[in-house]
Amino acid sequence: MKRRSLIAGAATLPLVAFVRDRTARAATPLKIGLLEDVSGDLAIFGIPKLHGSQLAVEEINAAGGIMGRPIQLMHLDPQGDNARYQEFARRLLQREKVDVLIGGITSASREAIRPIVDRADAFYIYTNQYEGGVCDANMVSVGAVPEQQIATLVPYMVEKFGKRVYTVAADYNFGHLSAEWGRSVLKPLGAEVVGEEFIPLGVSQFAQTIQNIQKARPDWLYMLNVGAAQNSFFEQAAAAKLNLPMGSPIKIMLGFEHKLFPPPALANMYATANWFEELDTPEADAFKKRWHAKFPNETYINDMGYNAYVAVYMYKMLAERAKSTKKEELRKVIATGNAGIDAPEGHITIDPKSQHTSHRMRLLRVDEHHAVHVVKDFGVIEPYWLGQVGCDLTKSDPKEQYTPDHLPKKG
Amino acid sequence: MSGDLFSYIYQFADVFAFLVLSAAGLAIIFGMMGIINMAHGEFIMCGVYVTSATYHMGLPLVLAQACGTAAAGLVGVVLEYLVIRPLYARPLDSLLVTLGVSLIATQGTLVILGSTFPGIGTPLGSFDVGAYTFSTYRMVLFAAAIGVLGFVYVLFMRTGFGVQARATMQNAAMARALGVPTSRIYALSFGIGAALAGLCGALYAPTMNLIPTMGAGFIVEAFVTVVVGGASVLLGTAPAAAVLAIIRSGLNAWYGQVIGQIGLLIAVILIVRVLPSGFSGWLARRSAS
Repeated sequence: MKRRSLIAGAATLPLVAFVRDRTARAATPLKIGLLEDVSGDLAIFGIPKLHGSQLAVEEINAAGGIMGRPIQLMHLDPQGDNARYQEFARRLLQREKVDVLIGGITSASREAIRPIVDRADAFYIYTNQYEGGVCDANMVSVGAVPEQQIATLVPYMVEKFGKRVYTVAADYNFGHLSAEWGRSVLKPLGAEVVGEEFIPLGVSQFAQTIQNIQKARPDWLYMLNVGAAQNSFFEQAAAAKLNLPMGSPIKIMLGFEHKLFPPPALANMYATANWFEELDTPEADAFKKRWHAKFPNETYINDMGYNAYVAVYMYKMLAERAKSTKKEELRKVIATGNAGIDAPEGHITIDPKSQHTSHRMRLLRVDEHHAVHVVKDFGVIEPYWLGQVGCDLTKSDPKEQYTPDHLPKKG
Repeated sequence: MSGDLFSYIYQFADVFAFLVLSAAGLAIIFGMMGIINMAHGEFIMCGVYVTSATYHMGLPLVLAQACGTAAAGLVGVVLEYLVIRPLYARPLDSLLVTLGVSLIATQGTLVILGSTFPGIGTPLGSFDVGAYTFSTYRMVLFAAAIGVLGFVYVLFMRTGFGVQARATMQNAAMARALGVPTSRIYALSFGIGAALAGLCGALYAPTMNLIPTMGAGFIVEAFVTVVVGGASVLLGTAPAAAVLAIIRSGLNAWYGQVIGQIGLLIAVILIVRVLPSGFSGWLARRSAS
């Protein structure tokens, strides 16, 4: 299976486009190492991520590459297996000597390869929204983090629907950390968590959870359920006429549940996102058109695929302004505080202290026909939390992941 | 109060139905025939996908579910003929082979049909008892589980085929000597087991998110129920599912799903320790003494 994925990865390299450009052909290629799961349980997310990277590479190569050098995309498929992530990260960094490493889906996969990236002193871009907190100079994060997603969503839900909240979360670190984030935002608002339930990954039957929710009579549900099995909650809750508004930092733009379940299972779901396919600005429309022209069978351009696309352009901007692919030179560009690009969502910038990315956040609502409406535009929100608690990568590089319960030591 | 009481009964019925329907096909293929079928979840997935595909082609749900059941049964018969047949005397090899089939089926589905598949909305609406609302379709699942138990009992205990099948599983050489067409019996039994797995998928298709690896969500419960049930499918599955459902729905209600799942597995360890041949062995010994 390993062999097959290597061949599949090599066969999909979009190298045709740059042939038109003479300077690009003359120069040595710039190597991007990409780790995305396109088989195994996480393929539903990994495939659009691979597509996002491929589209960006094809466009950049057609326009002359990075500093005149064509991009060579070297994709390996770790199949959702963290040991393979480590093996492939080593192979890409040590043997292939890639200029930059991109990818990883789960936080576990990111934490599995981060020590390898750090030891090789390489430049790594993580492209998912996640629970936040990684303070590591070797890593840039282009996905949204809790201060952009949860600190926006939760106050809106409390104001609109009420102070009684029921949390349904996946029983692993993302679910627990995001539930903790929710509690820390709810407390100053005087809101109350009337029930909190952690669900083992893979559980697909929710009759009891639905009854527990009815018993607790919350005003709205804070949904942090993860994975295809746990997503069955929505269909089962709708069948039991639970009819409660739901808020989630991961639904719709990430797992496009509203496209997978027949309406009205996702009715009254609210989510905050930097990208969702229904976004209809001119830039977003042009981007969607290019994507669907290249990948006509894509069900939905999700936020992960979008971030993977943006990551390649972010790297292009850094390398061209630094006139180098060296990590130290790239970080000098980040340190200016204006290292940004015009992405399909709007202008976004890398924050020098945390090396996370600002995002234009919007709050969206799913109606009973599963159409998506933007109900609030929060504007551009900085990834401020790490900087606030004391992570400053321009001064020191602790290479740690912080959480509200595990903060940097003062001093 | 009546709402709470009904809620307990409903939760029990819900878990019971899930255990019985997940396990019924495996009870025949693993419990009776001795094939450690790691591809059981993929038979279920086959039932789900065919149901959804034929439903979206315009068939009424019940007919689509019949198609899903039949398709899984057909796949079972073909698979038995192609790869399972040489393995009746080699149960450990059957584990490897069916695991291979399972991987090929999930990844093949992913490659050919993509990572997601359109779902079917749950039919039949809901009803109220006290302060709670319940999905009506879940009661249909419970009725189906009882129906499946009855069907398996009648088929294997009350028909000529059942007698021949039980004879074949107990002593194939002797059965053949007496003129039983054992290879056809094996193929048919395997096909019925696969069809029951397909039926489970067909019934749960309207309540779940459809992805190629969804079969994995059934397989732990299926094996647990069959192992606790013991060698005799007909005697064991129902009491095993009932006891496990009481334990799980009770723990789910009082302590949440995490404890419910842990409790289920601890109960299984204890039961297997105390009753090494499962409920059916214990019941058989009791009725013998």
